[in-house]
Amino acid sequence: MSEAVAVERKQDTRTIFGFWVYLMTDCVLFASLFATFAVLRNNTFGGPGGDELFSLPFVLAETLILLTSSFTCGLAMLAAQRKDKRMVLIWFGVTFLLGLAFLTMEVTEFSHLVAEGNSWRRNAFLSSFFTLVGTHGLHITVGLLWMIVMMAQVFTKGLKDNVVRRLTLLSMFWHFLDIVWIFIFTIVYLAGAL
Amino acid sequence: MVATFSRKRLFGYTSMVWALGAITFLSFLVWLHHFFTMGAGANVNAFFGVMTMIIAIPTGVKVFNWLFTMNQGMIKFATPMKWFLGFVVTFTIGGMAGVLMAVPPADFQLHNSLFLVAHFHTMIIGGVVFGYFAGITYWFPKVFGFKLNEKLGTYAFWCWLIGFVLAFVPLYILGLMGATRRLDHYDSSMGWQGLFVVAGIGALIIAAGIGFQILQYIVSIRQRHQNLDPTGDPWNGRTLEWSTTSPAPVYNFAVEPEVRTRDAFWAMKHSKAKHSEPEYEAIKVPKNSSVGLIIAGLSFVFGFAIIWHIYWLAPIVAAGIVLCVILRTTNDDTERTISAAQVAKIEAKAKERFA
Repeated sequence: MSEAVAVERKQDTRTIFGFWVYLMTDCVLFASLFATFAVLRNNTFGGPGGDELFSLPFVLAETLILLTSSFTCGLAMLAAQRKDKRMVLIWFGVTFLLGLAFLTMEVTEFSHLVAEGNSWRRNAFLSSFFTLVGTHGLHITVGLLWMIVMMAQVFTKGLKDNVVRRLTLLSMFWHFLDIVWIFIFTIVYLAGAL
Repeated sequence: MVATFSRKRLFGYTSMVWALGAITFLSFLVWLHHFFTMGAGANVNAFFGVMTMIIAIPTGVKVFNWLFTMNQGMIKFATPMKWFLGFVVTFTIGGMAGVLMAVPPADFQLHNSLFLVAHFHTMIIGGVVFGYFAGITYWFPKVFGFKLNEKLGTYAFWCWLIGFVLAFVPLYILGLMGATRRLDHYDSSMGWQGLFVVAGIGALIIAAGIGFQILQYIVSIRQRHQNLDPTGDPWNGRTLEWSTTSPAPVYNFAVEPEVRTRDAFWAMKHSKAKHSEPEYEAIKVPKNSSVGLIIAGLSFVFGFAIIWHIYWLAPIVAAGIVLCVILRTTNDDTERTISAAQVAKIEAKAKERFA
């Protein structure tokens, strides 16, 4: 291993460790939002609870779309390891479309809730619901924007070391959001429907 | 710092780490002790009261470790050490008052009284501000390359400590006598006047301490050439930051130090092994960039716009922040390499100053 490669590897490990630290602080953020939701989920102030508001098949479709996007993101990273630029662009393109579909469904769900008078203003349960799920949605939005930027960089710069490093971070971010969603699906929707 | 000025290894390193970890965890579970009278109920108050008392235990571990580090040490009373000693005394007094108030029924009595005011000022001034002053004085030469004036620092310290005791011990007593916060008048028959006057004198002495500190900075900066730290090790330190020059070069360490023991720099200074001439290697460092500063400025405007409901401005600056980040990623030339020869040159220059 040449010296330049060794320095680059070291840089990779440091950056990835730094990103792990960021992800863990984000975990703390979500943990506090989950705790808030868990405390407030029954404070509906006479309004409908989760069992009346949420449609499980709809949310299951959202979940499957997001899980698939994590899988295609993994395929994109495998292509990046092989330095296969075309497949990286294709798989990140698919990931982006799946993410966009997820986001569209989430916004649809939110707008339906608001249109029926069940906005975050109604009660503590809905406040904590919109804050928790909305924060996840905001992360997804940022992730999609990041994906556009990275696809442009792959297209213009090619799979250089620093581009692949950024793709690694993006994929970590995307998988992390997937895991957070699994918790949202379980704690907010499944437990709410019971 | 305590180890440095006691010429000893830190006592109870492992227990110190565990105490820190325990405090970090427990500190998430004490916040409601600010709101015992809020009406959260007996169970909630009991839980947070107990947690507040428990956090005193690892804190006590830390205090005893500091004391045992000093025990039988060759203590040098430099200004950072003076600030530390002032800190540990006031922090312990304030902490004991805190444990007392962690009992919710006691807190109901002392709530809004000057006893509480005295307690939290002891924690914030004695526990935090004195600690900051200790740290600033200790690491100032590492950051700026010259020491702060010791004499004026000592005057400042004694004014602060004496003024602090005079200003806040009467408040503990007044609080127990029933004086509450933010009084606009009180009856002379209460018998509080004398203690309030003492507290006022204490405040004036603290003001003198602040004056000495301002003077200390002015004088130290003007006489910086007399107080230079050419060795990089002004306090006979034990840890690695003192092994490099003051101020530290951009790359911090010319050769990445290999740590085999605690107090690694102390071990290096006292090892019998011959110091071989170091072999320098090229070092990669980040280039300067103004992006961070611009993003910080935009974030300020963003926060301001959100707080004051300026909704046309918020999205514009938010987009600006995102744009800055994206533009930054288009820049592939963010690092520069300092060649081995340049490193050798910088190091040789530092040695020359030392000689």
